[in-house]
Amino acid sequence: MATPVKMNRIGLEPQIYKGGKTTLCAGCGHNAISERIIDAFYEMGIDPKQVIKLSGIGCSSKSPAYFLGGSHGFNAVHGRMPSVGTGALLANHKLIAIGISGDGDTGAIGIGQFVHLMRRNLPIVYIIEDNGCYGLTKGQFSPTADLGSKLKTGVVNDLPPIDTCALAIELGATFVGRSFSGDKKQLLSLLKAALAHRGTVMLDVISPCVTFNDHEGSTKSYAYAKEHDDPVEDVTFVPYFEDISVDYEPGSTQEVTMHDGSKLYLKKLEEDYDPTDKLIAIRRLHETARRGEFATGLIYIEPDRDDFLTLLNVVDEPLATLPLDRVRPGREALEEIMEGLR
Amino acid sequence: MSPTDLAVQQQQARSGAQRVVNDFSIQVATVNGSGSQTANMVLLRSILLMGVPVSGKNMFPSNIAGLPTWYTIRASKRGYIARKKEVDFLVAMNAETAKEDVLTLEPGAAVVYDEPLKLSALRNDLVFYPVPFDTLVKPVCPDAKLRRLVKNMIYPGILAKLLGIDLALMEKALGKQLGKKAKAVVLNAAALKAGFDYAEANFTKQAPYSLEAMNETAGKILIEGNQAAAIGCMMAGVTVVAWYPITPSSSLCESLIGYMKKYRVDKDGKATFAVVQAEDEIASLGMVIGASWAGARAMTATAGPGISLMGEFAGLAYYAETPAVIFDVQRVGPSTGLPTRTAQGDLLQIAFLSHGDTKHLMLIPCSVEECYTMAQDAFELAEQFQTPVFVMMDLDLGMNNWMADGFKYPTAPINRGKLLTKAKLAEIGEWGRYKDVDGDGIAYRTIPGDGLPASFTRGSGHNAKGQYSERPDDYVENMDRLNRKFATARRFVPKPVVQTNPKAKVGFVGYGTSHFAIEESRDQLREETKVETSYFRLRAYPFTDDLAAFVDAHERVYVIEQNRDAQLLQLMKLELTPDRQKKLQSVLHYNGLPIDARSITDEVLAREGFDVAKKTATRMSAGTAGGE
Repeated sequence: MATPVKMNRIGLEPQIYKGGKTTLCAGCGHNAISERIIDAFYEMGIDPKQVIKLSGIGCSSKSPAYFLGGSHGFNAVHGRMPSVGTGALLANHKLIAIGISGDGDTGAIGIGQFVHLMRRNLPIVYIIEDNGCYGLTKGQFSPTADLGSKLKTGVVNDLPPIDTCALAIELGATFVGRSFSGDKKQLLSLLKAALAHRGTVMLDVISPCVTFNDHEGSTKSYAYAKEHDDPVEDVTFVPYFEDISVDYEPGSTQEVTMHDGSKLYLKKLEEDYDPTDKLIAIRRLHETARRGEFATGLIYIEPDRDDFLTLLNVVDEPLATLPLDRVRPGREALEEIMEGLR
Repeated sequence: MSPTDLAVQQQQARSGAQRVVNDFSIQVATVNGSGSQTANMVLLRSILLMGVPVSGKNMFPSNIAGLPTWYTIRASKRGYIARKKEVDFLVAMNAETAKEDVLTLEPGAAVVYDEPLKLSALRNDLVFYPVPFDTLVKPVCPDAKLRRLVKNMIYPGILAKLLGIDLALMEKALGKQLGKKAKAVVLNAAALKAGFDYAEANFTKQAPYSLEAMNETAGKILIEGNQAAAIGCMMAGVTVVAWYPITPSSSLCESLIGYMKKYRVDKDGKATFAVVQAEDEIASLGMVIGASWAGARAMTATAGPGISLMGEFAGLAYYAETPAVIFDVQRVGPSTGLPTRTAQGDLLQIAFLSHGDTKHLMLIPCSVEECYTMAQDAFELAEQFQTPVFVMMDLDLGMNNWMADGFKYPTAPINRGKLLTKAKLAEIGEWGRYKDVDGDGIAYRTIPGDGLPASFTRGSGHNAKGQYSERPDDYVENMDRLNRKFATARRFVPKPVVQTNPKAKVGFVGYGTSHFAIEESRDQLREETKVETSYFRLRAYPFTDDLAAFVDAHERVYVIEQNRDAQLLQLMKLELTPDRQKKLQSVLHYNGLPIDARSITDEVLAREGFDVAKKTATRMSAGTAGGE
């Protein structure tokens, strides 16, 4: 007797959510992130045909080829994925967009587009696979490398890092988190919550580069990440379509209702942390960084702000496929314009 | 006015000067930001309403207020609408430039000037009309704060009297210009009348220039090229617009926004379009590529510096084969300097924009009508060929007002190109994103959300199936197919307009706004020196096959361009045989002002061995040196 086929809520098997075989190094943190992305889309029951995968250039940006093989993907130019994603969503606001970038692709060449993507609160899940170095060009420092972090060659980074989470919060992203590629549970919860959020999700995922930045003296190595991970809360995500109630002692957990009715239960690990408060969030990031650690979890969330596509107030149908009679004004319109010019 | 001025003027007036009817140029020199644009438009429109063919060109500084600006209006009974090099009638309102403006006039020209400037002593071979503008404006405009603006509406009134424009007609033009601003109409109409009355009371007509009604402008519109292109984009069904402000292209997107808000918003207030002011030109093109990839008709508009920034993305779009429509309203070179002056300087840059082997389609409109039609062609071709299409306008075309026939409503439905359908998929069996099913180099594409097979879009490294590949044979196969596609495009881009004169040994090749000066120059050559010419007006790149035939049919071919480096000629050399190349000569114009017929004629005559008497006291002083 055949084993019953495992399927998600829209009747698709896990296999559908897989992508091509990875060409990244064995043990690369990015591969673990791809696996969590596969899990998250499967568990959320999202149709891959409605998903677009976007990326810039670098090791991280290759990874969209390794998940959701049935989705359209666009491997754009270095640091400019946000604009391509913006355009695609303008064309069809029903698409679900996931963008994969790296710390160089975002923090260096792409910092301009990153800044404006965050400002616009475009509905996209933007993930930085953050290893503090340029893997594809053999290990140069990137702008997220910590002060004093050391390259294999012994070169020490003497410039302060860009904290992409603090920057994203400051600029207007409405869902900002940090995680570690080795933390399956936290990363999966954050990704699922990210897919339920309507607005810009910025997830910085520490993802060690096993080839160029996993040694003693690096602050982005597996060992360092494991030892210095400082979660701000314990995240439980319950999607709207699952009838699960979470019991908790009053005062011990913060409950956040998301745009689609899904719920986030954030079990407090410290009394005064509140991820809906910008100032507290930014303060916590700075304090943790000062200790040489990194704060993980859902750092900041603003569940209700209008996203960019809502602000544009476009018609309900995708602009891309509007028929001729919706996009070409009639003869009388042209005649009226001409008359005004006579 | 001082009585001595009149005395001098009467002595200077050329006795027996022939009347010059409907064939002269007016130049108005004012200070930027002083409201003269409205006055100039009233003057321009009045002449149009008289039925006389007219054109207007603004030569303005890169400045919001304070620097000198010139506006030239040309009335031409023969319908010439290129810039006329010589100024026949000067309105000198700007103290800073008045002296030089007067010194560079041709003998016999007329000058209306602000009396305190005391210009009449400068020359004794001109006709001077001093006007005490400040005195005249006071009773018309009690509000002292508005006087600086209203003062400029007096000179159209003066000119109405001196040139013979019916004041009622001018008031009609004023109403058209100011629309529903009733108070402003009253105030400015009073200023017009004050000017008219003053001229009537104080001047006798001395200069030979006058206007008489004709019937050559019935139904004509006045429109800027940027506006015309915007209307074309709307009619083409554009849905996504991403742009970054840059002179001289900004008004293209701004007019488009205006029209779309009026004609492309549903009753419930929802728009059938999205416009984003991006963070820079790189992001603008990125958004256009993303939107086109996802199936929208998307466009951006920019100028040369923006094109430079778009280089990398243009290459990606070429290789990834996403449509994109890019308007380049060309202007003079980089950064600070002459961003408000016209040029045709981006041809070479765009032909091969980006890295690796890239070539791009260019459409080159010469007129506002073609801005309108080619905007629509651009969307069709971009989707048909799944590649960026550049519409090569220039500042002269984009930002100046041109007389034109009303635009025709498009009759053809829009063609979205080779979008895969379920039926087509069944017919071709296995789909590959870059598979040349039809042999024309153009593959079928799918778009996200259409439910058809997906693909992963990348730059150079893919095989016919759209899979990642670094194989030499896959790369070569793909590059050769892209070449086939480009070759196919030769048959679909707008064809040249060729006027072959069997008697002509001389052929002209020109494009864009040079067209009007070229047509006029051909008339000058025929009428003044009996030199016959043929004319090949190029309208697109890649070239169509008839270029070589045109060169063959003539002994000497002058390629007329508004740039220094003979950019079109360089492109032509890449395709023409050495024998044909030898026939090519350049006529170049690159001083920031629109090209004029006389410059072409003089240059060609000199090359043809005629003794051209350089009449040039005709340097136009539309420019400033020093001081910012």
